Amino acid sequence: MQNVSSNSAPPLAIAAKSLTKSYAGVRALRSGSLELLPGEVHALIGENGAGKSTLTKIITGAIQPDSGELEIFGQRITENDPNRSRSLGVAAIYQQPAIFPHLTVAENICMPLEREKSSITVDWRSRKQRAKELIQSIGANIDPDRLAGTLSMAEQQVVEIAKAIGAKARILLMDEPTALLSERETEKLFALVKRLRSEGVAIIYISHRLEEILTLADRITVLRDGETIACCNACDVDRAKLIELMVGRSIESVFPKRSVVPGEVAIEVKGLNNPEVGLHDISFSVRKGEIFGLAGLVGSGRTELARTLFGITPVHTTITLHGRKITIGSPAQAIANGLGYLPEDRRQHGVILDMSIASNITLASLNEVAKRGLLDSTLEQSVAEGYRTSLRIKAPATDTVAGALSGGNQQKVALARWLAIKPGIMILDEPTQGVDVGSKSEIHELIVEFAERGMAVILISSELPEVLGMSDRIGIFHNGTIVATLNREEATQQKVMSLAFGHEVEA
Amino acid sequence: MKAYARELAVAATILLVLALLATTTHGFFTVDNLSDLFLANVPVLIVSLGMTLIILTGQIDISVGSVFAVCSIVTGVAARAGLPVLVAMLIASVVGALLGSFNGALVAWMRMPSIVVTLASMVAIRDGLRWQTQGAWVGDLPGSFQRFGLSQTIYTVLMLVIAALLVVVFIVGLRYFRGGRNIFATGSNEAAARILGIDTNRVLFSVFAITGLLTGFSAALNAVRFNQIPSNSGIGLELKTIAAVAVGGATITGGSGTIAGTVLGVVLLGIIGPALTFLGVSAYWERAIQGLIILAAVSVNVLSHYRRRQVSHA
Repeated sequence: MQNVSSNSAPPLAIAAKSLTKSYAGVRALRSGSLELLPGEVHALIGENGAGKSTLTKIITGAIQPDSGELEIFGQRITENDPNRSRSLGVAAIYQQPAIFPHLTVAENICMPLEREKSSITVDWRSRKQRAKELIQSIGANIDPDRLAGTLSMAEQQVVEIAKAIGAKARILLMDEPTALLSERETEKLFALVKRLRSEGVAIIYISHRLEEILTLADRITVLRDGETIACCNACDVDRAKLIELMVGRSIESVFPKRSVVPGEVAIEVKGLNNPEVGLHDISFSVRKGEIFGLAGLVGSGRTELARTLFGITPVHTTITLHGRKITIGSPAQAIANGLGYLPEDRRQHGVILDMSIASNITLASLNEVAKRGLLDSTLEQSVAEGYRTSLRIKAPATDTVAGALSGGNQQKVALARWLAIKPGIMILDEPTQGVDVGSKSEIHELIVEFAERGMAVILISSELPEVLGMSDRIGIFHNGTIVATLNREEATQQKVMSLAFGHEVEA
Repeated sequence: MKAYARELAVAATILLVLALLATTTHGFFTVDNLSDLFLANVPVLIVSLGMTLIILTGQIDISVGSVFAVCSIVTGVAARAGLPVLVAMLIASVVGALLGSFNGALVAWMRMPSIVVTLASMVAIRDGLRWQTQGAWVGDLPGSFQRFGLSQTIYTVLMLVIAALLVVVFIVGLRYFRGGRNIFATGSNEAAARILGIDTNRVLFSVFAITGLLTGFSAALNAVRFNQIPSNSGIGLELKTIAAVAVGGATITGGSGTIAGTVLGVVLLGIIGPALTFLGVSAYWERAIQGLIILAAVSVNVLSHYRRRQVSHA
């Protein structure tokens, strides 16, 4: 092994110490550390929001840490950016390959490699040759003339890997690479990963699939709440131990949960299927005054269920609302039937940033403030003012543009909008994601108030303590269906996590 | 007053130009000149109202000039066939609305990009008309056709009243009616608007249909000014209207803009050409200066947007 420094140990591929990063006052990473050796597969695991993607983004230079140290191959990195990290040999491959679908495989592979060259012309023949060699060098077989858009997901990943190898990557970051692959494709990918490892490439492997990690990885680093909790040898741990490490947390009792005597069944779903978005055989019911939590990994089908119930991705299955059987074909129908839906992505689907707070609040319930289509702006202002006070929205006035508010206050505006339609059933999708701590507990308080007023609340959250702390019952999603429903008393972090990872739990 | 900064800035520019004209030239502020100037810009004004709605939804319509030409000819042909002039106007408006609806349907339900759809319409309609008329103008119009048989003064006043009414209707409609709210919501964030139960397809269809209707109507109002109707009218109307909307402060990607801004934009772009003539600047500069004004207006938009982004990310 070559060794440039005077130390006897080989230089680490990556040495990250106590990295921190906050977004708008929210700590995404408190103390992220990672030691990556050349020629190892190092798994990075943790719950949703534990800080995995923040840590990897710092390594690839997509974001800058607030503090902490980062060394790549012994070089201290102070000002990182994507070009610099690439030049140091870092390459990343994501779940959704970042390919150009309208260009050929050869172009996809060679374009980033040619950027350094001074020539402004394109040498098609050598480009094709180069791509072919790279693909062969990783033991794959793809025609370099094919359009990348026609490749399967697995083949696209091979293209990404070839591109990374062509760029002389010494550190390969793989984020959920098997999420969209079949079993056979996964095996092939593993063989490729092992081959790269034997060639001395350091691999950071992020996955929710613990079996995969235990068979493939040499070492495992566990993140929890933005902190590196442990780094262990894969042969020393088992699934149970890993789950314990991921969730072992003791923050309880900060939730303002008050018990409400549940009323009649507000919504009942039996055997709902929506193959287009990967949902199958979903059954549950929620009573008035009840908070029904939905836990599960990102992509397990929780948001898809919310969107299906709300008619955004409609199905013809009937559901029972307050004893009446109906099908919901559009959001307008859902609203007419007393459903409210606070979507997950606030900026993309939630508040309309160009509009005033008042217009945002009344947008789903314009009939309430309009007579024969003519809006009564005095009434609108007073309705908005009412919500501004009751939800404690911090804004100078109700005609302030929503885009000027903080994340927490935008979320409250979005909540107010749905309260204004006076829904019987409210679906909340990650209501406190990216919200500062203060607003967060205020939103929790509001959710409890909704339940007290007799609303049936469906609460989707990736934050386990939130689901456990707020819900009366919890449905756990795995692979597009609810695999178990637990009562408040029987639900523990370990149980919910195990179920979410697809393991059986003994009663 | 920060909310109306753009409108005030455009108004100030207009006043500046007018002040310059008042102090250095003679003849600009005569009734004849001003009413000519106004009448020439009535179609731009009326079509710009519709264009504002389209741009608010984040779309664009570059076929309005061609639709205008067809509707002008339709008005003339109907009148020559002996139909009362009001019926001829009605027919022209309906034809305009149908052409607009065609564009709107393709954009809304077929999800085709509006720039492509209306580019195709623009070329197809314009060339179809050229083929049909062989470039001939429509003449031999009945006596009651010209200015509806009204005197020049009364016709001008009538146009003023119609233009003012339409402006008021659009201001009120956008501000105080559901439909207006739906247009802003669709343009600002279509995905969010759908979740709110807004039928965004219908919104998109409607703004194109309304613009078509306005284009037909304004073509008819304009046609009666002359005793012959050219088959090539409305050339460049799309540019004038889009420019007026942009100068008025609407963001071209949708979601923000006002009717007041558009009206001021029409006024500013309308007076700049004649002002140059009166100031003795070569008329060749007119378009270049219009271009500069548009560029300045859009730059201000981008900069203020950029600043807002910075603030909201902090």
